Amino acid sequence: MIRTWLNQHWFVFILALKRLLSAPVTNLLSILVMGIAISLPAGVYTLMENLHAISGQTSISPQISLFLKQHATQDDIDHIRTKLTENKLVVHFQFISKDQALYQLQLDNGLNEVVQNLAHNPLPDAFTVDTQDVNTDAIDQLRTDMQTWPAIEHAQFDSAWAKRLEALLNFGRILILVLFTLLSVAIVAIMFNTIRLQILTRQKEIEVSKLIGATDPFIRRPFLYFGAIQGFAGGVTAWLIITFVLQILNDELQAIAGLYAMDLQLRSLEYGDTVSLLLFATWLGWLGARVSVANHLWQIEPR
Amino acid sequence: MIQFRHVSKRFPDGYMALNNIDLNIDAGEMVFVTGHSGAGKSTLLKLIAAIERPTSGSIAINGQNIAQLKPAALPFLRRKIGFVFQDHKLLFDRNVFENVLLPLQISGFEQNTAASRIRAALDKVGLLGKEKVLPVTLSGGEHQRLCIARAIVHRPAILIADEPTGNLDSAYAQDIMAMFYSFHQVGVTVLIATHDAGLLENNKHRVIALQQGKLTA
Repeated sequence: MIRTWLNQHWFVFILALKRLLSAPVTNLLSILVMGIAISLPAGVYTLMENLHAISGQTSISPQISLFLKQHATQDDIDHIRTKLTENKLVVHFQFISKDQALYQLQLDNGLNEVVQNLAHNPLPDAFTVDTQDVNTDAIDQLRTDMQTWPAIEHAQFDSAWAKRLEALLNFGRILILVLFTLLSVAIVAIMFNTIRLQILTRQKEIEVSKLIGATDPFIRRPFLYFGAIQGFAGGVTAWLIITFVLQILNDELQAIAGLYAMDLQLRSLEYGDTVSLLLFATWLGWLGARVSVANHLWQIEPR
Repeated sequence: MIQFRHVSKRFPDGYMALNNIDLNIDAGEMVFVTGHSGAGKSTLLKLIAAIERPTSGSIAINGQNIAQLKPAALPFLRRKIGFVFQDHKLLFDRNVFENVLLPLQISGFEQNTAASRIRAALDKVGLLGKEKVLPVTLSGGEHQRLCIARAIVHRPAILIADEPTGNLDSAYAQDIMAMFYSFHQVGVTVLIATHDAGLLENNKHRVIALQQGKLTA
């Protein structure tokens, strides 16, 4: 029973392959179109993944600066130290006393003379707090919280860059989603038309099959296999395009990165992503064929 | 085996192809359906295979009313029937072997069983040496034989032939008829529509005559 079923499917699979090869140029062209259509969103996705990875590499984890009030006492400082130690979001913190800060200012900025002329140290005691790399809102919340701690003059979170990156990534995600949706519809439409033409040229075969007892699934099957195989081939093409383009980009990037003494390398799709890409492309092909077959087969009723 | 009760068929354009037909055909019987063209012979045969549906009345095959079958059940009815079409309905992009293979593929036969069955069927109709030949290169008579081979390869209980000797000379027609007799002899119920009076000389089987959609004998 299962063997018969497998036999039938294997036969239909071969039949669909034969049909694909029987018009190589036409089918190669539509596979290429599908490949390009899929490679656009998948390519943007790959670039985004790379951007994410690079930004992760150079990651300065989000940092909050705490400036204490001028009259803050050692007790206040110890109190804050305890609170920071207890907070789970805090990865690491460092205390910079006002004297230390002044000394640093003298050293770093060559403001020696200016500092010398100061009647007293205008700088506050400060903490720099490295937090976990969670979303910006959570860190903003923590900052607002810290603002209310005693002896804190000002808590500052430089969130602009983090927000910008997040916005950029969000933009990219939406772009991918829109591209994926539009081009998926396009692929389904392409497949719809391809299968429509096939059904028209195989009208007689379908009619005869129905006359001698073929069920609808039997008649549908070769078309569905055809759609799925072509979708899969489109997916493979997309993967090749992405890999090829990344190769070219990498050569260029290597030259630029060399100038900045950095090691930058764009990676192609990961294993899991590749599998998803191929499965999705196959499914799209199948779906286009399914819709087309559903729309056209009932019109062919034997008389 | 096949029972018609008050069966009428009116086409959408108003033409009455069959008018109140009552008919009983037993299992293993061989029956000729005669009449002028347009008398309703083809329609009668097509009703049995549910290629046409009756406007009124009931048609039972093995006690099952096929007028009420759902579309999804039709293929399984058609697999019990071998149909030799008037216009053959051969597939010209497939060779002889593949044409006969089609009904077996549809029923899900295994490759090896299928091959031996196809050769047996082709042997019966005298086309055994021509498996790889494309139908275009065959003669009209050979088309008919090929169509018969495809109709019998899945060993149906009912064999229906619509004008199987239509354009053939009488010697060839006798050959074809001999084949149908041999199927009848092994127990197949055979229905043959024909307007060829010569075919019915010395005939000892039942003849149903149709005239303008009504039974006359």
